[in-house]
Amino acid sequence: MSIAFDLARVAAGFSDPTRESQQVFRKLMDAMARPGTIYDLSQAPEPPSGMHRAAGAVALTLFDFETPVWLDPGLHTEAVEGWLQFHCGAPRVAEPRQAAFALVADLSAAPLLADFNAGDAKYPDRSTTLVIQLPSLEGGPRVTLTGPGIKSEATLALDGLRPGFWGEVQENHARFQFGVDLIFVAGDRLTALPRSTRIV
Amino acid sequence: MTARTNEPERYYNYAYLDEQTKRMIRRAILKALAIPGYQAPFGSREMPVPYGWGTGGIQLTAAIIGPDDVYKCIDQGADDTTNAVSIRRFFAQVADVATTEDTAAATIIQTRHRIPEQGLTEGQVLVFQVPQPEPLRGLEARETETRAMHAYEEYGLQYVSLYESVATYGRIASTVGYPTMIDERYLMSPSPIPKFDNPKLDDNPAILLFGAGREKRIYAVPPYTRVRSLDFDDYPFETQTWEEDCALCGATESYLDEVVLDDSGERMFVCSDSSFCSDRRAAGHAGSMAGHQLATLDKAPA
Repeated sequence: MSIAFDLARVAAGFSDPTRESQQVFRKLMDAMARPGTIYDLSQAPEPPSGMHRAAGAVALTLFDFETPVWLDPGLHTEAVEGWLQFHCGAPRVAEPRQAAFALVADLSAAPLLADFNAGDAKYPDRSTTLVIQLPSLEGGPRVTLTGPGIKSEATLALDGLRPGFWGEVQENHARFQFGVDLIFVAGDRLTALPRSTRIV
Repeated sequence: MTARTNEPERYYNYAYLDEQTKRMIRRAILKALAIPGYQAPFGSREMPVPYGWGTGGIQLTAAIIGPDDVYKCIDQGADDTTNAVSIRRFFAQVADVATTEDTAAATIIQTRHRIPEQGLTEGQVLVFQVPQPEPLRGLEARETETRAMHAYEEYGLQYVSLYESVATYGRIASTVGYPTMIDERYLMSPSPIPKFDNPKLDDNPAILLFGAGREKRIYAVPPYTRVRSLDFDDYPFETQTWEEDCALCGATESYLDEVVLDDSGERMFVCSDSSFCSDRRAAGHAGSMAGHQLATLDKAPA
């Protein structure tokens, strides 16, 4: 597929990729190390329409030619596809199980967590990391989290989850060392839920 | 620190590694944090020091460090040994980063074989240099087999090894690299830290990252994670103790190094953590050899 796209219509990425990707990564690392804590990525560049700013920052920081990406059908637009192609160069996959990263815009229509790659018994790191866009990281039904990275317990009240989603997350944890890892974004904000986190 | 900075003409990329390598290491760090204690493979690069000199720790630091960080590097607890000084100067030069010997002031602490005496805090990252990431390697040489043992949580061999130690020596004789269980799932080597430091791994507020450059593995312990040192009900885990106190600062509960002073066998015991010891001396604490030339203050009294 070699569709020539108009560079003038590709939105900007990081203006200083080295410094900015480092700043975003430190917040991502803290988020993965401290499940349920919310981080602000408002310094990141404006991504194309349909993508949240925090999701764009994750893509610019982690996606490249080594990471097959599953893209939500709602993001199959020229603006998003061209932007990801130009800035990340990540191969696209249609099959969730082949994805190193999945970018989910509409959780209600997305495949089940169990449909993505949960890794290999000997190499559980070869699993999908989902970046899930939500209307808000607060204001939804409250759940309590425990596990590595959490001092006694933490709470999370994600808004806009599909019915039964916390059950899927519990199942994802129950099959540890297998599992997918979740990054939730809403606008400029981000929080993470690795497979090691228990929902109580 | 007076190392020449890499500005304005930069001969290497910021923090030495190229951006694609950093992305690869960063992805491995995230998976390592998500699966605490699991050894994630990564594409270890050639570094400007040989394997065995801390290339795993250097690559981890290079992937996470930014100009706002404050960097500390210790070797066997000491800030002033050759390896620690060289690595600290390396990052001062290639990452334009402030350096310190003060444990509390550092945001990233890279370490070879010790955990600082002073408790770490949230927001700090402790980067371990690891020679052999596989705790089972001394018992099983084949990576394919140790991988399977971790995959199926088949750790009987490790307990047999501890039992053999009890049968031979009357106690669990291992003193460094003492095996740990992370969140009751993965067996993990804590790197060759003395078992004195093992209790500091448990429920630590800092992020603990482990890098093995030659063996091409990264693993991690997130903050507030259960880290249990293996033992038996009738042979519980114990740390080292000393009859002596630190000869310079008088500390009674720090990890001590034995230093031979002359040909007649005179010796002293002194804190391995040089920053901890000099802080105590600056605060007025004095040990039995406080007047010794080795006790010259490298910090002004408080």
